[in-house]
Amino acid sequence: MTVKDFIDKLLGRQTSSASTAKQRLQLVLAHDRSDLNPELLAQMRREILEVVARYVEIDIEEGDVSLETEDRMTALVANLPIRRSIQQSPNGGTL
Amino acid sequence: MLDADFGLRNLDLLLGLENRIVFTAQEVLAETCRLEQALVKHKQEPNLALLPAGNPRMLEWLTPKDMKAIVSLLEEQFDYVLIDCPAGIEDGFKNAAAAAREAVVVTTPEVAAVRDADRVIGLLNTQGVTPVQLVLNRVRPKMMSNQEMLTVDDVTDILALPLLGLVFEDEQVIVSTNRGEPLTLGESGSPAARAYNNIARRLQGEDIPLMDPSEARKGFRARVRQLMQTRLF
Repeated sequence: MTVKDFIDKLLGRQTSSASTAKQRLQLVLAHDRSDLNPELLAQMRREILEVVARYVEIDIEEGDVSLETEDRMTALVANLPIRRSIQQSPNGGTL
Repeated sequence: MLDADFGLRNLDLLLGLENRIVFTAQEVLAETCRLEQALVKHKQEPNLALLPAGNPRMLEWLTPKDMKAIVSLLEEQFDYVLIDCPAGIEDGFKNAAAAAREAVVVTTPEVAAVRDADRVIGLLNTQGVTPVQLVLNRVRPKMMSNQEMLTVDDVTDILALPLLGLVFEDEQVIVSTNRGEPLTLGESGSPAARAYNNIARRLQGEDIPLMDPSEARKGFRARVRQLMQTRLF
């Protein structure tokens, strides 16, 4: 570590390289373990949003679908803020 | 010890036995020699013997079945059979993994090494090798405390494996390999030698606490030890 790095860290200007390493690893391992590339994940995200949007009104901009790993288990986590639900009749039409 | 890396074999050199290898496991399997002839006993430690799987100029590659056959021969004679697995996840790895019951994954706290370790652990899990334990090698306590290196907890969290041992970066490792004299057989008491001994004792079921990287740099004794190992000439 240089003196400059040290001062930067003291002033909170730079995150430590170890935490950057951990974040990058967690992301890349989530993809490695699930065998999903970012492109496929983006496509899945779009399709999930489409399906959910049929039932509830969601905030597309705020919505987030990502892979998380813990204890060698990979989970697909979707965080989709709902504005309001869309009431539907059984035959598909909006009431 | 079975050196499963025959393409780039080096255990003979590290153990100082490079001049004494006549036969390899391949000749044992082909029945051109007996197992006792192929085993190279260590001079200082007669309980330690090396068996190279093959030589670098080998024409035919060993298969997982061959490796299993060699290991079952060794099992009859020894309490522990350590298989040194080649790097990578190709044929050499598959051979070594096929013959193994348990595994110790050795990695360093660097992104590329941790990612590769994760891949290897996944493959070992699918092959039913269990338990799989972790050794974290070449740990630099100073960099860890400056948050410039992944910490021990970071790596064990990510890989979700029990930690069998921590080995601090130690120049004595290079010195001992230069001479071909295993660190653990010498009297150096260097940090890596103590770490290796602890790992061996934990494998035998002893309960030995892990070294704490944050204490390694502050301890007075550690500093004195470091001072004693500073080269003057």
